[in-house]
Amino acid sequence: MFACIFVPNFPVAAVFRAEPELRARAVAIFEGKPPLEKVFAVNESAGRIGITPGMTKAQAELCSELTLRPRSLLQESVAHAALLNCSQSFSPCVEDAAADTAILDLAGMESLFGSLPEIAHNLFRCAATLGLDGNVAVASNPDAAVLAARGFSGVTVIPSGQEADSLGSLPVEVLFAGWIEKEGEGKKKEDEQQKESVRLLATLERWGIRDLRALAALPEVALSERLGQEGLRLQQLARGAASRTLVPVEALAVFEEAIELEYPIMLLEPLAFLLNRLLEQICTRLAARALATQELRLTLELENLAGADPQLDTFGIPSESDAAHSATQSQLPAQHFISGRQSKFCRTLRLPLPMLDPKLFLKLLQLDLNAHPPGAPILKIRLAAEPARPRSAQGGLFLPPSPEPEKLELTLARIAGLVGEPRVGSLELLDTHRADGFRMRRFMPEPAQKTKRQEVAGEGKSAVAALRRFRPPLRVTVTLENGELAHVLCSKKKEAQGSVLWKAGPWRSSGDWWEREAWARDEWDIALQNADSVALYRLVHDLLGGSWFVEGTYD
Amino acid sequence: MSSAVVSTSAAQGRPFVFIEEGAEVCPQPSEAKLCTEGRPPQRAFSTSTFTDARLAGVTSASRLAVRPAAEMVSSGIAAMDALTGGLPRGCLTEICGPASSGRTTLLLAVLAAATQRGECCVLVDASDALDPQSAADAGVELDRLLWVRCGENSPEKSLEQLLRATDLLLESGGFGLIALDLGDLPPQVARRIPLTTWFRFRRAVEHTPTVLLAVERQSIAGSCSSLLIKLGLIKLASSEDRISEQHLDSQSPLPSQAQLLTGLEITAELVRSRLDRKPVRSAEITFASKTAWAG
Repeated sequence: MFACIFVPNFPVAAVFRAEPELRARAVAIFEGKPPLEKVFAVNESAGRIGITPGMTKAQAELCSELTLRPRSLLQESVAHAALLNCSQSFSPCVEDAAADTAILDLAGMESLFGSLPEIAHNLFRCAATLGLDGNVAVASNPDAAVLAARGFSGVTVIPSGQEADSLGSLPVEVLFAGWIEKEGEGKKKEDEQQKESVRLLATLERWGIRDLRALAALPEVALSERLGQEGLRLQQLARGAASRTLVPVEALAVFEEAIELEYPIMLLEPLAFLLNRLLEQICTRLAARALATQELRLTLELENLAGADPQLDTFGIPSESDAAHSATQSQLPAQHFISGRQSKFCRTLRLPLPMLDPKLFLKLLQLDLNAHPPGAPILKIRLAAEPARPRSAQGGLFLPPSPEPEKLELTLARIAGLVGEPRVGSLELLDTHRADGFRMRRFMPEPAQKTKRQEVAGEGKSAVAALRRFRPPLRVTVTLENGELAHVLCSKKKEAQGSVLWKAGPWRSSGDWWEREAWARDEWDIALQNADSVALYRLVHDLLGGSWFVEGTYD
Repeated sequence: MSSAVVSTSAAQGRPFVFIEEGAEVCPQPSEAKLCTEGRPPQRAFSTSTFTDARLAGVTSASRLAVRPAAEMVSSGIAAMDALTGGLPRGCLTEICGPASSGRTTLLLAVLAAATQRGECCVLVDASDALDPQSAADAGVELDRLLWVRCGENSPEKSLEQLLRATDLLLESGGFGLIALDLGDLPPQVARRIPLTTWFRFRRAVEHTPTVLLAVERQSIAGSCSSLLIKLGLIKLASSEDRISEQHLDSQSPLPSQAQLLTGLEITAELVRSRLDRKPVRSAEITFASKTAWAG
């Protein structure tokens, strides 16, 4: 058995998917180059007030109740991808029949998803969840399913053997609808097919053939004599007896949603509304395929970056420090690509684990955009999610506590907004003898494993004396007596000065002499007497610069 | 009002009979006698009669639940565990002391013990003072340590960052240890933290498996801390003795290049513990720490 899902009036449905608030209004979609723009598609409400495809935009604008939107091929392609996602969540074998039509092979799916009517209803609901109001039909062959989906609204299930009876009431126009919209065919071929279909339709009309039942009843020999093989093919379709194999499409590697804006957005708040809508759609699509995502890519097409008025622009131009901050592993630096009058602003959000929470994603994107504003009004928004298998982890009852990944990610993003991205994370020691040789990296604790009881520090060994660093090191003035350290004077920190009671050193070290950042130093461990207390410090003499520093205190 | 009824009964010298709601009241001989005297029959007071609607949520003192004892975890130093019994989960612990008193050594030992138990830990560092090499030498599993480095600007700004970051981390939950390092903040700045903030932190960490640890120069959390450990000050008066005790070997006639800092001797005093019912007696211990190069 095969199922077909067909979205009627697809250009309007694509716009409704991006702007659901328009569903209750009369909407017309226009296309063409100004000033020769013409109405391309209308919804039912617009049709009722007299708007028809082919009218000029100027004529349509006379109607005050009408909402006009330009045709968006981007939104149509996104809606088409969503349609395929919806179909692929029910069957691995899906044919991309047209932009508005997908055919599914349901062989063997009844044991997974229930009876055929149940599958059809679930498919209908899934499409509605993705913002597409489609017709679903189930039949024993793909073409019968397509004709039923195009002809009958809602859910239709045609029992095997009753195709001719079920399809008989449909008008013959349904045989020619949509075939010219197949993707990948050239414009010239499309025109030829359209002319041929118009000719055949006119011939059938002259014969008085109005519905498929009448076409199916025609004698085959006489029909082939007059219309050739095409006539026989149409008759087979009308009888629901045509048979063919599906041409399945591969599953999408990236889930993308996009929206083109009529007016540029200049504030983060309205942008958040749009991002929320896109994220919910992406997450619904991912959930339909039982997937999650580990990487989100946001691409904003900006209006003429150079001409943007910084006074009007609340985003602000990202500073150099912002660009430096963004060079972390979690979020790649913002990239600007300028082409013509528009530029692109890209942000990539990498997550430590596959997640599927639109609210969390929205908050993370908001925090990221707060830290790295686009810098110019936004014309187009693209949001792509790299699919990943959802994590399958079961917490152990006796494992030590660990933060929830979603909460932790949000907390880290908030703290990064507070102290700066490079100043939060876990640290990694570098393979160098240079003082303070470490780098910050993303905090990704591995889940605790239940292993044999580890030896707790202190049960077998003594504590290790720790150094407490001053960042940056305190510049000091050192007084020598007979070549020995005698007194340390520090203007910045009064506690780190006094007479030297005890000293050990110097310990000489150097490195990176082959690079520009060469270093060479002598270190002393000293005890300084200050007022009524004594404290231990690490004193450093920079042999290249000649300066003295107190690097830290032993504490 | 029920309170009026109670006072009337008390004035009349009748005994109160408290019974549970719904339980049958056995006729008392005195009641029967009272009925014969022409008074309306007195019903024994039930708890519902006695309790005013305004007092519905008030638990009588005799029924106050005993707070369960906090779970104690190892501090990573056996001597400290012997002194305090470990560090309590769901409570605030303060470690205070001057510079070079061993605060950071103790902090790293606690972090090492917690990360080796497999717990995720956070160090909110007000002065960006953590030495990564010391942390690694102390045995801290760096993968499990989240380091929040405040203090890029002024101490006031870093204090604000620390408090906000701590709020976020406590709200997030799931950490085994949250350590606040206020050790380098001037006391006058650290004392600006309102007591209500410490109460909020204590309330947030209560009933969670998180150990909240604050390292500072002077105790600033007041009664909010369940455990207060004070680390010793090196006195100048006895500096020669103490220094020699601290492996500094100052009396040796050897030149400075022949001397080596091999460790510190840390003195810890348990000043306050609210974990036991009886007041704690101030106790003091001394334990040694070694430098990483001392072997």
